[in-house]
Amino acid sequence: MRSTNPQTQSRGRRKKLNPERLKLTLLALPFLLFTIAFSYVPLFGWGLAFTNYRPGLRFDKLEFVGLKYFLLIGTYWERILNALRNTLVLALISLALFGLPILFAILLNEIRRPFAKKFIQTVVTLPNFVSWVIVYAICFGLFSSNGLLNMVLGELGLITQPTQLMANKNIAWTFMTVLGLWKGLGWSSIIYLAAIAGIDGTLYEAAYVDGANRFHCMWYITVPELMPTALVLFLLQIGNILSVGFEQYLLFANSLTASKLTVIDLLTYNIGLMSQDYSFATAISILRSIVSILLMSIANGMAKRIRGESLI
Amino acid sequence: MKQKRTAGDIVFDTANIIFMLLFCLLCIYPFYYIFVYSFSNPQKADFAVLWPVQPTLENYRTVLNLDGFARASLNSVLRTVIGTTLTVLVSAFFGYLMTKQEMYGRKFIYRLAVFSQYVGAGLIPTYLVMRAYGFYNTFLVYIIPGLISVYFVMLIKTYIESIPPSLEESAKLDGAGIFQCWWSVILPLSIPILATVAVFQSVAHWNAWFDTHIYITDERLWTLQYLLQRFLNTKKEEEMLRRLSGLATNQLRVTPTSKSLKLAVTAVVTIPILFVYPFLQRYFVKGLMLGAVKG
Repeated sequence: MRSTNPQTQSRGRRKKLNPERLKLTLLALPFLLFTIAFSYVPLFGWGLAFTNYRPGLRFDKLEFVGLKYFLLIGTYWERILNALRNTLVLALISLALFGLPILFAILLNEIRRPFAKKFIQTVVTLPNFVSWVIVYAICFGLFSSNGLLNMVLGELGLITQPTQLMANKNIAWTFMTVLGLWKGLGWSSIIYLAAIAGIDGTLYEAAYVDGANRFHCMWYITVPELMPTALVLFLLQIGNILSVGFEQYLLFANSLTASKLTVIDLLTYNIGLMSQDYSFATAISILRSIVSILLMSIANGMAKRIRGESLI
Repeated sequence: MKQKRTAGDIVFDTANIIFMLLFCLLCIYPFYYIFVYSFSNPQKADFAVLWPVQPTLENYRTVLNLDGFARASLNSVLRTVIGTTLTVLVSAFFGYLMTKQEMYGRKFIYRLAVFSQYVGAGLIPTYLVMRAYGFYNTFLVYIIPGLISVYFVMLIKTYIESIPPSLEESAKLDGAGIFQCWWSVILPLSIPILATVAVFQSVAHWNAWFDTHIYITDERLWTLQYLLQRFLNTKKEEEMLRRLSGLATNQLRVTPTSKSLKLAVTAVVTIPILFVYPFLQRYFVKGLMLGAVKG
């Protein structure tokens, strides 16, 4: 778009603004506005935590209440502590099982036939791509009191009372972890499988010449070669501890298991959208974000120290 | 490089393949069971394990006639098709723009966008802002908030930067404007990355239910995933019966039960993923790798 108007041209020259370059900026403006509108404007919503906001209240009627809702956290300490415990326990279990995808990738890599490997890879990654709603539906079909598991066990005469896997708070953490593994193990192992494919083949050849068998190779070559990838993923997981599994626990938590599955995010959801206590829920949200940023920077700092390069 | 197989190798290989096959079975059977149950006569289905007992299509016939089911299917398809197409095109355009070094303020805009990936306001502030924007109970809530994915913009930008600039230069010399350069030069060359982004986005759209759950009360806008989620919620059993009321149940040769209907709905919602996934799997793997390179 070249302007023929001498006035604008001279003004453009004075400001040294190149219209072509300016046009690009104008074209990118919607992108900037979109980012602001959907990522940064919601941050102003944090201000609600300091007001007495209620649904339907006009914004000019808002009253500043200071730290009232943050102090409320002290009153509801038991509920929050419970959610904090659940979040940490579930996150620590998944951190403890961090090595499983590595092990799985190494075992899958030992399948020599390319077709079989491809086939297995496709099958085991499938559960990752169905929604948690569908996983919940499947569990309903398999594990509810008249589900397949109870029918089979009952027919075999192994049980007299139906098992209640989905409504048993004593096994809620284990059950959720197993489901998470079923859904995610195959997919998480893909990245390691790719890393294995990238290992220099001459390492293995040299080892064979020196008389190593394949188990030596797995333990002394594959595992150490995977460590850099594993480290990055481990640190990323630490940074994301607080934001795991909300959708899963929202679907699976029922009156019997809620005390074990209510994580921080779910608590915010319950207080905010169920009880419509927006201000209090936002206050909890803010604290969670602060802890989250802290964890992220710790993970990032550790990454810098260990590998001399930050994560983000 | 062929090594001689020792006894230890044979034992290991056998154990390994057995383990892998068992794990595959564990991944496939639950899906298979959904079909076995929903194709069985509901009164006998509890004993269906490997194949349907007294096979019938009655569960599916009932489900397809459920009040609101057709509408929900249409909504799911619409949000997947429209949402994916728009997100891919819009993200592709801004990804392209972000490669333009000569743009004023490019770095500022790009950095602000990338940084937004690491800040989250949380559920409630986001919810209230969406309501304030007027997205409550509109189909737009499925499309607009996900219209530009910063992550996709980053992936596409990186990809376009690997395309030789000379291709675009020659188009420019022929008098092509920026839109024309993008549409007829850059877009065709970016097909591999766009396909990867499209498969991820379409699965995300098909699987989404939480946005319907919090932003939509109007039944006409419900999607399949959300309908399924409601059906599964036992507290809403009556709702399901109400939806069935339009059907004269005595016309049916076999009477579907609540469970057989729930699993038939599950089967319908799962089918697109089950049948499309094996063909697109390589795109998912590719997408994972691209993300990993960035991280």
